[in-house]
Amino acid sequence: MKNLAMPVLHLVLLGVIIAAPFVFPDYQTQLATLWLFIIVSLTWDMTGGQMGYNSLGNIFFYGTGMYVAAVITIGLAHNVSEYTDAAGGGIFKFTSAQYYSGVVLGSIGAGLFCALSAFIIGYVTFGLRGPYFAIGTLGVAIAAGELVSNWEWVGGGQGISMPNYPGEQERLFIYFCFAVVGVILYTFLRWLYSTRFTAAINAIRDDEEKAEAMGIHTMRYKLTAWAMSAFFVGIAGAISAFQLLHFEPLETAYQTINLGIFMVVCVLLGGKGTLWGPIIGATLFHVFKEITWNYFLGWQWVALGALIVITVVYFQEGLMGWLMAKKPEWFGIRIDSKDPASKIAEAAE
Amino acid sequence: MDQILGNIDLLIQFPIVNMKIIIDGVMIGALFALAAYGLALVWGVMNVKNLAQGDFVIAGGYVAWWLSRQGVHPLLGVPAAFIVMWILGWVIYKLVISRVIERDLFTSLLATFGLAIMMAQILNLMFGSDTQSIDLNYETLHFADGLIDVPMSKLIGVCMALSLAAAVIIFMKRSRMGQAIRATAQDARAARVLGIDTEKVYAFTFSLNSAICGAAGAIIVMAWVIQPFYGITYSIRAFVIVTAAGLGNLPGVITAGLGIGAAEQYGSHIFGIGYQQAIAVLLLLLVLVIRLLLQRRKRQVLQ
Repeated sequence: MKNLAMPVLHLVLLGVIIAAPFVFPDYQTQLATLWLFIIVSLTWDMTGGQMGYNSLGNIFFYGTGMYVAAVITIGLAHNVSEYTDAAGGGIFKFTSAQYYSGVVLGSIGAGLFCALSAFIIGYVTFGLRGPYFAIGTLGVAIAAGELVSNWEWVGGGQGISMPNYPGEQERLFIYFCFAVVGVILYTFLRWLYSTRFTAAINAIRDDEEKAEAMGIHTMRYKLTAWAMSAFFVGIAGAISAFQLLHFEPLETAYQTINLGIFMVVCVLLGGKGTLWGPIIGATLFHVFKEITWNYFLGWQWVALGALIVITVVYFQEGLMGWLMAKKPEWFGIRIDSKDPASKIAEAAE
Repeated sequence: MDQILGNIDLLIQFPIVNMKIIIDGVMIGALFALAAYGLALVWGVMNVKNLAQGDFVIAGGYVAWWLSRQGVHPLLGVPAAFIVMWILGWVIYKLVISRVIERDLFTSLLATFGLAIMMAQILNLMFGSDTQSIDLNYETLHFADGLIDVPMSKLIGVCMALSLAAAVIIFMKRSRMGQAIRATAQDARAARVLGIDTEKVYAFTFSLNSAICGAAGAIIVMAWVIQPFYGITYSIRAFVIVTAAGLGNLPGVITAGLGIGAAEQYGSHIFGIGYQQAIAVLLLLLVLVIRLLLQRRKRQVLQ
C-alpha cells in the first residue's frame, strides 16, 4: 500500500499540472509565474537549506540566464549590436524555426553559462561564511545589474527586446516550458536528496570543519551544488526572457529586492532543507503576492516587506518545520522520550 | 575606452582637478563614515547586521526635508531628524530587532532586509519617487581660479557631521551609558552578571544608531540629494567601510569612509557617472576578497 501511494500521488499531481492551464485559461500567466517561483525556491534550497550557505545573490543567475538566452537567440539570426541599436524596433524578423531553436539553445546555453559562472564566482565567495557569504553574493548580483545597465552592446539601461512567439497560444507555451523544467528539477532533486552527495552537503551544513576532517573535499562539493542550482536558475531566467518579451537590467533581470529576496522568503515560509517546503512556500507566497497586488494596490510592497519580516522573525522554521515538530511520525522520525519538542530541537541543532 | 583614457589624461594634466575630486569625496565620505560608525556600533554590541542602515539615513533625510517644507529652518532639521529617528529606531527595536538578537546572523540580515524594503516603499508612497533636496541659498566658495568650488552648505554639513561624531565618541567614552554599552559589547553575559540591564543597553544602542543615521540623512538632504530607493547603496557603503576597517576600530572607520568617498568620486570621474553605484559595490567585493586572502594565509575563513 505504502509503495503504491507515492506513485499514484505523483501521477495525480502530473495530471493536475497538465490540466491546470486548460481548466483556468485566464490564469495561465500567474501559473507560469508560480512555476518560476517554485523553480527558484527549490534551487535556492539546494545551497541555502541543504548546504547552509544562504545566498542572497542567486538572482544573478536569473538575470544572466535572461541575457545569455537573449544574446543567443538574437545572435543566431542577426547581428546583436545592430539589433540593440535599433532597440528591437520591429525591423528584425524572426522565423518560427529561429524562435524555437532560440528557446532550446538559449535555455541550454543560459544554464551552462550560469553553471560555469557559479564555479568561478563560487571559487571566491565560498571562502566567505555565514552573513559574509550572503552580503558578498548580494554584492555580486547588484554589481552585475549596474554593469550590465552600462553595457550598450546588450542594450544598456534601456534593456533588450525578445522575438514574439510565432503561434497563437504564447502563454500556454511558456507555461509548459516552465512546467517541464520544474518537473525535471523535482525529479532530479528527489533522486539527488537520496544520494551520498546530499549526505555530504548536509554534513557541510552541520559542521564544515568536521566534514573537512572526515575527508570530504568541501570546496568541490560546494561548487558542484551551487553550479547545479545555477544551471536550473539560468534556464528559468531564459524562459522568463521569452515570457516578458522586453526586459531591462535593474528592475527585471537583476531584480535583487524582488525575486532575489522572494525566493529566500518562499523557502523560509515552507520550511528549509525539505523537498516539499520550498514548493508549498512558493505557492503560499505567490497567492499572497497576487492577493495583495489586487487588493492593496500601492501598499503591496509594504505588505510583502511585512510578510518577510514576520516570516523571518516569528515563523522561521516554516510550515514543514512546524509540521515536523507537531507530527514527527509523518516524517519517519521516531520519538522515544516523553518530551518530543526537545528531541526535535536537539536533532535540529 | 578613449573616453576613459581621456579622463585619466585630464587628471594628470591638471592636478588641481584631483584636488577638487578629493575634496568632494572626503565631504560625502564623512557622512558615509557616520552611517558606518552606527553600523559598527550595532554590529559590535548586539551582533546584528543591519541592512536597513541606508534606509534610516534616507528616512532621516525625508524628516528634515518635510520639516523645511513646513517652514522650519533647514539647520534645525538635523536635531529634529535625530529625535524622530531615535523614536523610530526604538519602535523597530522593540518590534523586530529584540527578537533576532539571539538568533543566527542570517536571520538578522534577512529581517533587516525586509525592513529596508518596507521603509523604502513607505517613503516612496508618502513622498513620491523623485529626488529631493533642500536648497539652502548659501554662497559657494571658490578656490584656484574657480576650478574648486565648495558650497557653504556642504561645508556646514561636514562640520555638523564632525561635531556629531565627536559628541558620540565623548559620550561613549565618558558617560555611564557609554560604559555600559562598551561592557556589553565585550561580554554581554558578564555585563548582565554585574547588574547591567543589557536589554536596555541594546534598545539604547539601536536607537542611537538610528538617530545617528537620521542626522546624517538630514545633513545629506541639505547638500546632496535623496530618493526613497537610494538606501541600499548607503547600506552597502556602510558594510564596505565596516568590513574594511573591522569592528571597534574608530580611526579605521573614518579613514575607510573618507577613502570610499574619494574612490567613488574618482571612479565616476574616470568611468562616467553611471558607474558610481557599481563602484561602491565592487569595492565591497574587493574588500571581501582582500580580507579573504589575508585569512587564507592563516588557514582561516571570514565568518
